[in-house]
Amino acid sequence: MAEARVKLPDKVKKGEPFEIKTLVSHPMETGQRKGADGKIVPRMIINKFVARLNGEEVFSADLAPAISANPYLSFFTVANAGGKLEFEWIDDQGQKSAYTAELKVEG
Amino acid sequence: MRRPSHIAFALTLAVAGGAAFAQAQSEKDAKYRVGDKYTGYTYADPTTQSMQDDDYVNPGFLWVQEGEKLWSAAEGAAGKSCADCHGKAQESMKAVGALYPKWQEKIGKLENVEQRINQCRADNMKAEPWKWESPALLAMTAYVQLQSRGQPVDVAVEGPVKPHLQNGERLFYMRHGQLDLSCANCHEDNDGKWMRGDHLGQAMANGFPTYRLKEQTLISLQFRLIGCVRDTRAEAYPYGSDEYLDLELYLAHRGKGLPVEAPSVRR
Repeated sequence: MAEARVKLPDKVKKGEPFEIKTLVSHPMETGQRKGADGKIVPRMIINKFVARLNGEEVFSADLAPAISANPYLSFFTVANAGGKLEFEWIDDQGQKSAYTAELKVEG
Repeated sequence: MRRPSHIAFALTLAVAGGAAFAQAQSEKDAKYRVGDKYTGYTYADPTTQSMQDDDYVNPGFLWVQEGEKLWSAAEGAAGKSCADCHGKAQESMKAVGALYPKWQEKIGKLENVEQRINQCRADNMKAEPWKWESPALLAMTAYVQLQSRGQPVDVAVEGPVKPHLQNGERLFYMRHGQLDLSCANCHEDNDGKWMRGDHLGQAMANGFPTYRLKEQTLISLQFRLIGCVRDTRAEAYPYGSDEYLDLELYLAHRGKGLPVEAPSVRR
């Protein structure tokens, strides 16, 4: 299951900060646990999150092993023009989860 | 002379602020209290409550979203999806979950929502049943249950179901395992007390499937019942056993009137 969920305001005002909430499904295996066979379960976490507006990075985060499964991230940003908001989560195996949303800016 | 009045003023402010906070809390709690029944939400930490309050913070909605996709995905030999027969889940599944577990005349058996979904897959879609606790079954259960959110739990307990309810009640008060504990020993006799880092609740089942922070995943009521029986150091019944179905029915009946809360968030 690879699901991503993003909530942003229907419209935002030009130059005014607004909040974006994101949620993604991922086990976020820490690499510290042992499986039933006694062997360490290899680390498998999302290590990078990037948000881009029309190709330009507006927010990014490096994630660490102590972050829970299905990580929730929220952040504030500003926009001067509307367009395509792209979200990308990249894990240790290089697998990507992606989400795209349309941002409307007025004023 | 002035200082005491300042202190008094500050105290008044603090008390008023505290009271306002407590009132806001109790208003939020109110929908999870019906008479002398209340759900685990009322015990939950404010941070856990706020996760459940926002559908974009509650990780359970990742499963709901998956369930929504599965709803219209055709599967099985009949080439049908849920939507082909049931249309929009928002209409056809509205308040349905609040009536489960429910007696199925056709098979002469009690069924919970998970079993009903798989029954429908087998009969109408000619598809393989989903495994217990599989992401797909959890997702569909969460999606179906969400359509009943806020509806009072209202299971039928008369007719052919009656002996099952009585058996469920018997199991609730029956001591299990090496620790010799019944469900009631924790969830009635010690309801509200602190245990293993959380409050023992009233064992209300209206919030399932629940996103459990400990498991870091959505869990079914069956999973929780197995966990509870195991905690008494008894051998747990298997998933979907008659015993757990009867117990599910009794739990739903005990919580009659509480709103369906799925997908809830618990520690």
